Amino acid sequence: MKAIGIILAGGNNSRMQELSQKRAIAAMPVGGSYRSIDFALSNMSNSHIQTVAVLTQYSARSLNEHLSSSKWWDFGRKQGGLFVFNPTVTADNSWWYRGTADAMYQNISFLKRRHEPYVIITSGDCVYKLDYNRVLDYHIGKKADITVVVRDMEPDADVSRFGVVSMNEDARITEFEEKPMVSRSHTISTGIYIVRRRQLIEMLERSAAEDRWDFVTDILIRYKNMKQIYGYKMKEYWNNIATVESYYRTNMDFLSPEVRRYFFREEPKICSKVDDLPPAKYNAGSDVRNSLIASGCIINGKVENSVLFKKVFVGRNCVIKNSVILNDVYIGDNTHIENCIVESRDTLKANTYYCGDGSIRIVCENNERYVL
Amino acid sequence: MVRKEMIAMLLAGGQGSRLGVLTAGVAKPAVAFGGKYRIIDFPLSNCINSGIDTVGVLTQYQPLRLNTHIGIGIPWDLDRNNGGVTILPPYEKSASSEWYTGTANAIFQNMNYMESYHPKYVLILSGDHIYKMDYEVMLGFHKENHADVTIATMPVPPEEAGRFGIVIADEDKKIRAFEEKPAEPRSNLASMGIYIFSWDALKEALCHLKDQSGCDFGKHVIPYCHETGRNLYAYEFNGYWKDVGTLGSYWEANMELVDLIPEFNLYEEYWKIYTKSDIIEPQYFSPEAVVEKSIVGEGAEISGRIYHSVIGPGVIIGAGTVVRDSIIMKDTVTGRGCDISRAIIAENCRIGNNVALGVGEEAQNRLHADIYAFGLATVGEDSVIPDGVSVGKNTAISGVTSGDDYPDGMLPGGEVIIKAGDAV
Repeated sequence: MKAIGIILAGGNNSRMQELSQKRAIAAMPVGGSYRSIDFALSNMSNSHIQTVAVLTQYSARSLNEHLSSSKWWDFGRKQGGLFVFNPTVTADNSWWYRGTADAMYQNISFLKRRHEPYVIITSGDCVYKLDYNRVLDYHIGKKADITVVVRDMEPDADVSRFGVVSMNEDARITEFEEKPMVSRSHTISTGIYIVRRRQLIEMLERSAAEDRWDFVTDILIRYKNMKQIYGYKMKEYWNNIATVESYYRTNMDFLSPEVRRYFFREEPKICSKVDDLPPAKYNAGSDVRNSLIASGCIINGKVENSVLFKKVFVGRNCVIKNSVILNDVYIGDNTHIENCIVESRDTLKANTYYCGDGSIRIVCENNERYVL
Repeated sequence: MVRKEMIAMLLAGGQGSRLGVLTAGVAKPAVAFGGKYRIIDFPLSNCINSGIDTVGVLTQYQPLRLNTHIGIGIPWDLDRNNGGVTILPPYEKSASSEWYTGTANAIFQNMNYMESYHPKYVLILSGDHIYKMDYEVMLGFHKENHADVTIATMPVPPEEAGRFGIVIADEDKKIRAFEEKPAEPRSNLASMGIYIFSWDALKEALCHLKDQSGCDFGKHVIPYCHETGRNLYAYEFNGYWKDVGTLGSYWEANMELVDLIPEFNLYEEYWKIYTKSDIIEPQYFSPEAVVEKSIVGEGAEISGRIYHSVIGPGVIIGAGTVVRDSIIMKDTVTGRGCDISRAIIAENCRIGNNVALGVGEEAQNRLHADIYAFGLATVGEDSVIPDGVSVGKNTAISGVTSGDDYPDGMLPGGEVIIKAGDAV
């Protein structure tokens, strides 16, 4: 085994609005059957990386529940396994994770005890498939200190929420701006890094000694002229879900046949926790078009251009259009939902109307569920 | 010493020949049911939900699918340090080697397995019924009555009683007599093939009857216990229980699941049914799809119209195809413009474009009028049906077929095409 994995899953983001109130972004449901972190975890497992640490902090209950067993991603082996590191108070530290580098620094004993030469760092809020071994081969071939997986965005895309890089003809990163207001390039960092384990330990310890806690600004950007930092261009599907708009778009992407084929039919597959739900049921009056429906749903109404997660109940004469309904939502009869994201475990009363005008509306009602 | 109060022995070795081509390559308990399950999921889930964590599964006929499905029992939480699920195939012994010749003989041959857990009670189950039952309640009944053997029974309509083994019990539910498929039944309590034995009674009976050829619980063990003065009690079960031993009852039990509120409800939080899920993706309906009164498994891609049907996981239904009153199992792909009506299509089949299944008048099946009846068109696993053919009712198709197998592009009602393999 050449590498271990670290998944940064502690983040919160105000751009997720109400959706991140009860869970970390890495625990957001995606694509009907998955959680966001399943993509990073499955990529690790599919790349034969057997030892993976997940660093959590913000509202980790939902995420911890999802990670309660490592068997779904085929971790939990005698060699390696899945480690979940929440911040803890120790004799010499009572801080929360003050940044991404600090999160790793506080668990530096994990890094020190392993013997694998490389570390793959990724975040838990991106939807993609990637064989990290290809990046690792590139990293070794370039004799790089750090390799950053980068991606060209559309010329008109807003890149101001990403790290933006410029590379020379040898693919060495010459510029790295974190969340620039005006950017000079449309190549962004995907938040996937490969670094030699000893190199990482050294950089983390040095940064900690200087009270610097962020991996991007305090390590990547500070070291960029001193260390060999290379970019690996990824061309496959990749999306970060950390804003309401991109979260909605990513889910809707799964309605396209190419995206579905890529994620649902082509190997390697994405794994997730199995919920033991019955097949979806369609009663008289159901009318489902261009939509994804997860298991355990019961449909009595009309669903169009929408993604329904697990165990959604749709009442009679309902119309659901261009919407994302998260898991375990109960929708009473005659309800109209358009351009909305409905928060999980919500109960929508009968004869109600929800419509996002011009933007995506987040529906979060907190009604009592009447037991049927 | 490991000691279990009650262990279960699940008989899963039968072929289920009345399911015709559906069981050509798999044992009946491994046949798919209800859009994502297999028949054996029901007794296995009942076991774990009843608190029984030690289950021996006796296999014999075509066990591969069953073995891969059960594995080490993870989906049912039966991967245990002590107990858990154990697959028990027939094995060679120093003095003899024989197949399992009957239900009781199979249990007898696994005496060592049972003894290793020092059970007080043994629950005997079969892997071919659809039901939810709390075996712990039945065990409570068994203990309360100081019974040696308890037989689970359920009331059936008097006119149907003649199809079952009937139990005649007094008011205390103590069993007085048995009748096997009686012409004039004296009771309406039918045996469900589920027994709890106190260990001594089971061991003594099995050892005594060890030379009985084809030793069977219903035919030999229960009558023997009765004759030797053991306490036999009838436990009355009043929930849903369905034998899916024939194509007709198998089809019917599947179709009952699509009722508005099915009698057998899979959507209750309580008493979940567990299964091994290989496919977890959501299902997709295209802009031209129609779906009503159906259940559909994970990862299916539906471009056609589905009415009153049970569609398994990973199934692809092409545009313009109409499916009515049918069961289509896992990973089967149908082409465009098909018309499928009252058909049972097993796993991993390839149906061409513009195929009509289940058309025309009913005709008696030429080979097995008793198996291929009920007006169904049945297609076995891994079969291929070429473009543009039509297939009548009471038919069976198994294997890779081509246009040459269908004179005039037609398989008339009552006909059978079976290519290669050890199909029925």
